[in-house]
Amino acid sequence: MSLQDFLHMGGYGLYVWTSYGLCAIVLILNVIQSLSRQRKIMRELTNKLRQLESKK
Amino acid sequence: MHTYWKAFSVIFSRDVTLASRCRAELANPLIFFIVVIALFPFAFGSDTELLRRITAGMIWITALLASTLSLEGIFRSDYDDGSTEQMVLSGYPLTLLVAAKVSAHWCLTGLPLMVIAMLTGIVLSLPTDALQALFLTLLFGTPVLSLIGAIAVALTVGLRSGGMLLSLLILPLYMPVLIFSMVAVENALAGLPIDAELYFLAGMLVLSITLGPIATASSLRIRLS
Amino acid sequence: MIFQRFYRFASPQHFYHLAVLLTPWFAWATIILMIVGLYGGLVFAPADYQQGESFRIIYIHVPSAWMSLFVYVLMAVFGGIGLIWHVKIADVLAKSCAPLGASFTLLALVTGSIWGKPMWGTWWVWDARLTSELILLFLYLGYMALQSAFDDRRVAARASAILALVGMVNIPIIHYSVEWWSTLHQGPTVSKFDAPSIHINMLIPLLIMALAFKTYFASVLLIRARSEILEYECNSNWVRELLTKTD
Repeated sequence: MSLQDFLHMGGYGLYVWTSYGLCAIVLILNVIQSLSRQRKIMRELTNKLRQLESKK
Repeated sequence: MHTYWKAFSVIFSRDVTLASRCRAELANPLIFFIVVIALFPFAFGSDTELLRRITAGMIWITALLASTLSLEGIFRSDYDDGSTEQMVLSGYPLTLLVAAKVSAHWCLTGLPLMVIAMLTGIVLSLPTDALQALFLTLLFGTPVLSLIGAIAVALTVGLRSGGMLLSLLILPLYMPVLIFSMVAVENALAGLPIDAELYFLAGMLVLSITLGPIATASSLRIRLS
Repeated sequence: MIFQRFYRFASPQHFYHLAVLLTPWFAWATIILMIVGLYGGLVFAPADYQQGESFRIIYIHVPSAWMSLFVYVLMAVFGGIGLIWHVKIADVLAKSCAPLGASFTLLALVTGSIWGKPMWGTWWVWDARLTSELILLFLYLGYMALQSAFDDRRVAARASAILALVGMVNIPIIHYSVEWWSTLHQGPTVSKFDAPSIHINMLIPLLIMALAFKTYFASVLLIRARSEILEYECNSNWVRELLTKTD
């Protein structure tokens, strides 16, 4: 199959690629959101710990 | 056994007495029902053919919403003044006492709602088959609504976001009841037998009666901890 | 004996370190399986004689739908374990499952809708399976809303567990809806006892994609669980040591 055929998907190209695209977006967004939350929490907790240490 | 029945009837009659002291509040769900039913012709124009087709659905959805609204207060006053803690500490099974409260609630709101719904169906000239199906589905369905709704109310009693959160939780749980009731009415209108749907509703009723109060009691205990 | 070995992972600290260890493995497995599955689905599998190339949406639609059900059951089971045996990890895992489950349900609904447009000619139809899948989405959203309505974590976890368990009634309805009501949605593609009604070349990428979605779910779940555990245990010694070590 040529690249042209692949993208065209027998006329259903729009539907197929929109679905796959949405799937990619949702899955990637979940990963990004989870990782950034993890980083945010680590940062906040470290800062809080530093504040407590410095107060002692 | 005798004491269990006594406990049940004490809570039941307490709720009925408290509610009947404030008759205006009892009438609220019924007035709400009639007002919302009256809204539909405004929204859909006076196209009688269309309205005739959606009458049964209108009635059921409005009954569902009225039931949700009236459920909100079932545990609130007890939670606020500490009666719920007393019930938990009383030594009687909380499940039993909760079942008494829910039964009282259904007798006070579900039954009158059923009557008003049937009257509305008659007034809006629903065919007899559909009326029969409507009656049976309401008979099985409204207790299920009270029982399942009580679980969600117990989970959210006294919360800031209260009412909206309650509706968000309750309505997905109500959907199967609504679906089967409407399928039953549709089949009745088409002259088909409605046994299957009624069996399913009866099954849901039995499931809610046996497990609903247990879940509600657990929810109350969790909220009180 | 084996049970005791796993028992220690009920402790948040041990679970955290286990999660850190396992996440890369699941992540790599996901990437590899996704690549193989996508190649299989988009290139290798022959076009369907009835639906043409649009049937390839099945390779995301069906795994998402399977995951949406699987994650809900898992969420309810974790919630039940946390409720009955007061295991903190179970509460943490249940809470972490919810956004993922909601994403999968949304994906299943949207991809199903997109697939339905060329096939059935309509974006949405009030079909038994679609409606009950929509109910599932509302259940997930209600669960997440309930979780955030409480200030106390333990109360939130227990209340949500009850909600999840009550909502379990919906799962058999979704699963069997296509058998009970003969409606627009096609019957089950893969059932346990009959030979699948689908060509083997189309089936294999589907199973690979299903596995890929599962490993994806496992890896993201572990990441989310780690964040939750840190928040939950922020005052304990092991977290302090962990934070000072990574400084």
